[in-house]
Amino acid sequence: MSAIVVIILALAVWLGSWALNEYLVRLKPAGPAAERQIGFAVPAIFGICLLALWELLARGLAIPEILLPAPSIIIEAALNALPIIGVDVWQTVFKEVLPGYAIGCGAGLLAAFLIDRSPFLKAGLLPLGNLVSALPIVGLAPIMIMWFGFEWQSKAAIIVTMIFFPMLINTITGLAASGHMERDLMRTYAASWPQTLLKLRLPAAWPFIFNALKINSTLAMIGAIVAEFFGSPSVGMGFRISTEMGRMNTAMVWAEILAAAIAGSLFYGIVALIERKVTFWHPSVRGGQR
Amino acid sequence: MMTTLRTKVWPVLAVLVVIIAAWYAAALLMNRTLAVEEAARKGEVLTTGAMWLKSYSMDKPLLPAPHQIVTEIWNSTATMSITSKRSLVYHAWITLSATLLGFGLGTVLGIALAVGIVHNRAMDKSMMPWVIASQTIPIMAIAPMLIVVLNAIGISGLLPKALISTYLSFFPVVVGMVKGLRSPEIIQLDLMHTYNANRSQVFWKLRFPAAIPFLVASLKVGIAISLIGAIVGELPTGAVAGLGARLLSGSYYGQTIQIWAALFVSSIVAGLLVFAVGGIERLVYRMMGARPEATA
Repeated sequence: MSAIVVIILALAVWLGSWALNEYLVRLKPAGPAAERQIGFAVPAIFGICLLALWELLARGLAIPEILLPAPSIIIEAALNALPIIGVDVWQTVFKEVLPGYAIGCGAGLLAAFLIDRSPFLKAGLLPLGNLVSALPIVGLAPIMIMWFGFEWQSKAAIIVTMIFFPMLINTITGLAASGHMERDLMRTYAASWPQTLLKLRLPAAWPFIFNALKINSTLAMIGAIVAEFFGSPSVGMGFRISTEMGRMNTAMVWAEILAAAIAGSLFYGIVALIERKVTFWHPSVRGGQR
Repeated sequence: MMTTLRTKVWPVLAVLVVIIAAWYAAALLMNRTLAVEEAARKGEVLTTGAMWLKSYSMDKPLLPAPHQIVTEIWNSTATMSITSKRSLVYHAWITLSATLLGFGLGTVLGIALAVGIVHNRAMDKSMMPWVIASQTIPIMAIAPMLIVVLNAIGISGLLPKALISTYLSFFPVVVGMVKGLRSPEIIQLDLMHTYNANRSQVFWKLRFPAAIPFLVASLKVGIAISLIGAIVGELPTGAVAGLGARLLSGSYYGQTIQIWAALFVSSIVAGLLVFAVGGIERLVYRMMGARPEATA
């Protein structure tokens, strides 16, 4: 196939799927079920169109595999290397991300409860926390590796430093979210500080805490993968990406990125699912269940 | 004025003092064994005072004391010509230029896509789910890939790093702008309708001004993440220049002071960038006629 034919074909695929989507969004759906189907079909068509274009252009224009392998080659590489990817996911997600995530979020939550009673500490830590959240903390990775070694401990440590402050700030903001009237009501009940915390202020803070949990799920994945670029035992997603890149085995790199994307989305999705169960009363959740 | 000093400045200063004190204590604890071992190899026995001194003045300490880092930053910025390969100003500039180029590109692209999404239902329905889903992906994993691939086709230097920053700052801007452009209420849109305003008038007179606060919030996220992207982008190509390169070469040769100095400088750069976006925010609000906040 000549290049011109391929490009014309690609244009046809693109315009065709766009036209299909324009038609679909103009349909007047008969009921909520049909509306949901259209809501699902439109992004799906867009995604498939992108994949088709990628496949068509990568193969038709004979782009070297080192630069951009076609999706089919990536999927094949992923399936062939499934055991390796499995081991990498186990190392990165289960041995590095989850412990770091749990420790970091737990520490942030605990610290927020501790300094909640001191306005002085709150006034001192909040501006610093906001500043630290904007810093490139991931650069601490080489130091953490120096201190804690190549194994999972150094990655967990970098994750903890990355996610501590977002958690702290969001929890403190959330704990202040309950209204004056409600707090006054708790006072008339002669509720103690822990009672007010557990029965009123923590439930009111859940949306904020879950916001931090969701941001942190992505941050934790990034922290682990980037930290592995600096040094790791010969296993892990970041390690695999950097070594396979060095060997110019691009398909394997893409397969690993695919795995990271799936793992990251699943992690985020699970947190978001728990959020829906816990904050079922929140307008954004109720609105979503129409 | 006095109340801001008491309620805002003092607490921050107090926390900072505590952090620095804790830092010195930690440096002593962590470097002590190294210092004692080094002395023992030379056959010396250190007195307590000498051990303290030694812990705070090692070449490759486990944790450098704050004054060592400040000295290193001073030596590699003020006392060196800024074109020198060892000057942190030179490296910071390289990283900063990639950050700003990428951030600018990302912002422009993000705004353009958001405008498209708000005005075209097909684009909205087909792209928004993917934009949101892409936020949950550890995008940074793509960074080394992009760098090496672009290197292979002969594009190297500033642009690949800037593209990573573009990619990272792009998504917050799209999400924020779409939210912002949709923030005008139906009543306001109806009012524009009664004026017989066309789409571009509705956009420039109502939607865009309404989206500015959302845009600024996204820009603050975007600028911070752009800098991180540029730093990470400097890692995989074997560290030629830039703050990320200083981090990497420092970690190769165990130069802890160099690592910390690069970290401090990148933190300063990050702080300045966020501060600059905040300044632009205030300027824009003033131009839009917002009153200065009442001083409580």
